[in-house]
Amino acid sequence: MPAVIEMKGISKSFPGIRANDNVNLKIEQGEIHVLLGENGAGKSTLMNILYGLYQPDEGQIFIKGKPVKIVNPNVAISHGIGMVHQHFMLVQPFTVTENIILGKEPKKGAALDIDKAIKDVEEISKKYELKVDPRAVVQDISVGMQQRVEILKTLYRGAEILILDEPTAVLTPQEIEELCIILRSLVDQGKSIILITHKLKEVISMSDKVTIIRRGKVIDTLNTKDTNIDELAEKMVGRKVSLTVEKKEAEVSAPILEIKDLRVLNNRKLEAVKGIDLQVHGGEILGIAGVDGNGQSELVQAITGLSKAEAGEILLAGKDITNLTPKEVIASGVGHIPEDRHKRGLVLAYSLAENSILGSHHMKQFRQGFGLNYQKIREYCRRLIKEYDVRTPNERVLAKSLSGGNQQKLIVAREIDRDPKLCIASQPTRGLDVGAIEFVHKKLIELRDEGKAVLLVSLELDEIMDLSDRIAVMYDGKIVGILNAKDATEKKLGIMMAGGSAQDAV
Amino acid sequence: MESGINEFKEGLLNTLKEIAYPLVAILISVIAGGILVYSFGSDPIIAYTAMIKGSLGDWNKTGETLVTVTPLILTGLSIAFAFKCNLFNIGVEGQFIIGSITAVWAGWAFAGLPAILHLPLTLLAGTVAGGIWASVIGWLKAKVGSHEVINGIMMNYIAMYTSNFLVRTVLNVPGKAYSIEIADTAKLWRFSQAFEQFNHSRLHIGIILSLIVALIAYYILNKTVRGYEIRAVGFNPHAAEYGGISVRKNIILAMIVSGLFAGLAGSIMATGVQYRVNNLFGFTGYGLDGIAVSLVGNNHPIGIILSAFLFGVLQKGGPLMQIQGIPKEVVGIIQGIIILFVAANFVKVVMENIKLNKDLKRTAVKEEVE
Repeated sequence: MPAVIEMKGISKSFPGIRANDNVNLKIEQGEIHVLLGENGAGKSTLMNILYGLYQPDEGQIFIKGKPVKIVNPNVAISHGIGMVHQHFMLVQPFTVTENIILGKEPKKGAALDIDKAIKDVEEISKKYELKVDPRAVVQDISVGMQQRVEILKTLYRGAEILILDEPTAVLTPQEIEELCIILRSLVDQGKSIILITHKLKEVISMSDKVTIIRRGKVIDTLNTKDTNIDELAEKMVGRKVSLTVEKKEAEVSAPILEIKDLRVLNNRKLEAVKGIDLQVHGGEILGIAGVDGNGQSELVQAITGLSKAEAGEILLAGKDITNLTPKEVIASGVGHIPEDRHKRGLVLAYSLAENSILGSHHMKQFRQGFGLNYQKIREYCRRLIKEYDVRTPNERVLAKSLSGGNQQKLIVAREIDRDPKLCIASQPTRGLDVGAIEFVHKKLIELRDEGKAVLLVSLELDEIMDLSDRIAVMYDGKIVGILNAKDATEKKLGIMMAGGSAQDAV
Repeated sequence: MESGINEFKEGLLNTLKEIAYPLVAILISVIAGGILVYSFGSDPIIAYTAMIKGSLGDWNKTGETLVTVTPLILTGLSIAFAFKCNLFNIGVEGQFIIGSITAVWAGWAFAGLPAILHLPLTLLAGTVAGGIWASVIGWLKAKVGSHEVINGIMMNYIAMYTSNFLVRTVLNVPGKAYSIEIADTAKLWRFSQAFEQFNHSRLHIGIILSLIVALIAYYILNKTVRGYEIRAVGFNPHAAEYGGISVRKNIILAMIVSGLFAGLAGSIMATGVQYRVNNLFGFTGYGLDGIAVSLVGNNHPIGIILSAFLFGVLQKGGPLMQIQGIPKEVVGIIQGIIILFVAANFVKVVMENIKLNKDLKRTAVKEEVE
């Protein structure tokens, strides 16, 4: 039987780079095939070619042995290819059903037959064991649920081959497990799945086969059961990488951040932080573990002045910074690596130089009267680029043209170089590749070793456990317990993240 | 040194690229307009010759065209400045009207002051009035969140009827549908005072002022801390907020500056051309044309100067076309086509499609060879 998909000799160049260079890829019926590679290796380009978003410069695509030309996504869909993008393409105020049927609505005369639509959705939801509430509004359901809706959308359009672009980037550990089960059951029903990822653990736990791409070229295709994490990491990065974080004993000094009975509302005016007491000392990394949506974001926003505290006190090195403006908070010595670098961290349409002064743009060193001293700003940015190894042609390119890892490096550089007393790192490695993760972790530990306080918020339990000296677990707006990193195990933390106490965990 | 030259080259290339699409769009519009004229049974060459002769045929005609261009540059800048903060200041028309009427009032009320004081005071009064008028829209947007387009349109009507009320009462010339005239000390210097080539044109120093304002606008937006903050809010308010930039404050400020430009445009029309304000039966159109000017000029001060000039030529060339037997509506149609083409980014889309088709063909040919 011919392969469901075969891509032969695919090449694609963009100005300045060869994103795909003579790539061969073969997907067999009923397998989960991982495309593994660092950010910018060319995985997404290859999949966008398969989905008809790009045209290859060279090469051919075969579906079930027949040559096809995929000129746009509609052609891809008609060949049974479905894609779930990393950033979901859902209409937030629409219901689950409305989102799934969008563009292929069942009709009664000229009118939308919503009853049939709901029935259809219930049917495929049952068939593939993807439980969703067809009447729920998308903006009210969890990210994991939204991903199911995206998968159902492709199945509703008759997809036989599913492409999932970084599907676990937005999921909690539990949701990742659920996704794993979903994908298995899809494969059991004869679907084929291509997963794009750079997370090695997932490759091992989820896939049957893995193709490693580096700098646009296929390095190797392996059976998952014949390989291991270390081998994959080396092939992906092109050198030996250390996956464990090395750090020395913490030298803890006086508390720098003190939070007393803090209460914060979320943007729906519901209490999201329900009375938190917390101290972060100089020279330590305090990790906050927890499932997404348990008040971590609101806590960070209140400290950084991006939202108002309803009650309570926040002290920085003894000074009250409660409800100061973001500008005043920055000035008092807080660095902040935000959880969403595109939304908060960068002005994507600004050059790197302009981004490198965001937050300190009004400070004396960068201005001349009312004017900005662009000469100085560019010099400053060039220094950051060099010291923090940001890969870019120069400091004048727009931030949006950089890969995620390099964007994050620039943010880290900006926030750390301001020499803050406290650095808040929120999901600092979300969506980054191994090399960039290594780098960010190293920088955070350096900061701690310099005696600074680091507050790390992450949904990745591994990251929390690797970096933190103490771990606070947040559940439902409260801190359910604080553990020394030495005493923390995945199981203990897991129980606390679900709302249990440290005693339950013992 | 070398990097400096490369930087300059890069900048020049980028500017050229930015200008290229609107330029091609204009060219296509002109051709389309020609076909239109031809289909009306007239000769497009004659039509365009008439248009150029009518607008740039001699010193006086050029002067009159520049008289039209002057307020268009300023209202175009006004739109563009607000747009950089992601605000659509459709209220520019009202700010223009308020600028005019305030300038006329100041030009009349402070008669007796020496020109060196009176003229700047008059311009300042109109400019500031435009700024204040716009600040209401900005304030409403920042504090209450109500949309600037709705409030802008409403403020336009309030401005027009307020102006008419003043023209019929405080500033009235009995029995006339226009206001009193401003004092000579508040009038802008005219080119005809020094150059006899411009004897029959009202060309005044305002054109130079508007060019200077274009430079100032460019400087504020691209070189100052304030401009940095305003553009950051326009591109990404969340990131701006994170960077300690007050979104509300910058929205209000951007609207005020935008209003200052519109108010200045109104004051310049009052002190340079009309010397009075008429009882308005509809909007002057300078504000609304500013939207088109800014759009065609890609919200860039230099682009705005060029596109204002283009619109001036089109408007002033129309009457002579009519004398040649070509309906003056053709001018309006050409203007419309230009805006349509530029707004739809037509040229860019077509170019990308052509490129895509080429790519497809190339792969197709290769397959056949194989």
